[in-house]
Amino acid sequence: VPRDRTVRLAVLGSSVQRPHPQKLSARTGPALRRRIVMGCLVLLSLVLITAYFREPADGGLHAAQGAGASALRPFQVGIERVVRPFRDAWGWFDGLLEAKADNERLVEELTALRQELAQNKAASQQNAHLRQQLGIDAPPRFDLVPAVILSHAAKQFEQEVVVSVGSDDGVEVNDPVVTAKGLVGRVVHVTSGTARVTLLTDESTYVSAEDADTGAKGLVGAGRAGSGSLVLDMVDKRFEVADGDTVVTSGSRRGEEPSLYPRGIPIGEVSSVGRSDTEIYMQIQVRPFVDFGSLDAVTVLASKERNGG
Amino acid sequence: MAADAAKVTLLVFAAALAQVTVFASMALLGGSPDLLLVTLVAIALLRGAITGAAAGFAAGLLVDTANLETLGLTSLVLSVAGYWTGRYGETSGRVARRANERGSQALAAVQPSRNLGAHAPLMAVLVVTALYSVAAYALHFVLGDHVSARLVLLDALLPAILWNLLLTVPVYAVVRRVLPLPMAADRAREVNLVA
Repeated sequence: VPRDRTVRLAVLGSSVQRPHPQKLSARTGPALRRRIVMGCLVLLSLVLITAYFREPADGGLHAAQGAGASALRPFQVGIERVVRPFRDAWGWFDGLLEAKADNERLVEELTALRQELAQNKAASQQNAHLRQQLGIDAPPRFDLVPAVILSHAAKQFEQEVVVSVGSDDGVEVNDPVVTAKGLVGRVVHVTSGTARVTLLTDESTYVSAEDADTGAKGLVGAGRAGSGSLVLDMVDKRFEVADGDTVVTSGSRRGEEPSLYPRGIPIGEVSSVGRSDTEIYMQIQVRPFVDFGSLDAVTVLASKERNGG
Repeated sequence: MAADAAKVTLLVFAAALAQVTVFASMALLGGSPDLLLVTLVAIALLRGAITGAAAGFAAGLLVDTANLETLGLTSLVLSVAGYWTGRYGETSGRVARRANERGSQALAAVQPSRNLGAHAPLMAVLVVTALYSVAAYALHFVLGDHVSARLVLLDALLPAILWNLLLTVPVYAVVRRVLPLPMAADRAREVNLVA
């Protein structure tokens, strides 16, 4: 086929306006900016994590965090006060459903406890007398530092709360935390005005404990994740632990060393006991006295000796 | 612009405090609702990836500060969540707009949510809740924390998704009222000019 240059020129040389390709800046500008911002934020987060991990507890980031937590405290206390009536109302209705059954059980318990009280008074006097004779130091005394719960861990697997007292109130790391019902956990991090408390239901927490009825000693730790129950582990099979037995802190680690927790703080009651030939120890489930899901106020036990009391 | 930033800041601040003070302690059917995450998703859908990422970062800092947790940990996860949600809003909106009115890409970048379907917030919350839980678990695991995979990925995840989906509709409505779509103002201006 012969080439027809005229036709080609007519097409190529014509002044037909071709659509201009879109400018790069319009297409990549926002995308580039977006990626830069995101990259900076990720990088900043990683730097923060690394720096926070590497610095000591009294480092700059920790101090800034403490100051920030103190600044947030009034807002949190305010929200807590607003929400408390609703929470109490919910708790009241919830409790009303179980009140009748509880009433019967409590009347029985009251009768038994009155008898125990009379016995315990006598035992307490005898105990003090014998301690004096043997020259054993009195158990450490504690300042009771009341606190409200400021915040709960963001994720459910973090069994921690932040309370409204800190080093300014005499609170230090490892101080036990309780409610009127029993043991809650221990302080793991302190700022001037707040403290982080790891709950008994956290998988990293273990407490030396004993069955108050049989004297069987063991370690209380978190039960099945998310169940809110506890396990009394390392208990020798020779003890006759039974359902309903009360579990309290033993005040010592394997006999000699003092525990972080003073002796006799109630933890919970035995809900089931399992024995198998293949296991060395019993499998004891403990139902905690404290309802960890509805904590709103606690008491920190700050050592009087340490605080010069 | 400044008023918009102030509104976003206020929303994030209120949601973060409500989350750590109230919602985190609510264990319902084994899981707890995450008001902060749902609010963040709504903000990111309505304002795009950059605002979503920045809001997530600020929200994470607040949570870590209030909980005395490792600084930056929650920021990292929430800023990625905000970014992804923002991109989801932008790309979904752009596809829908192209189909409807062949709008420009520049417009799509600044008005991400104009053409989002009603399902978009629910879909975003569903995916982000699942990914957030997995990412938070992975980070805590890497940092050596005691974490139960069964609790995070089986027991608590489904109830958390359920509660977050229930929160999505009212929270998205509130956030949308606080942060109205910019397109509405532009359209009104166009009508005025024509008139």
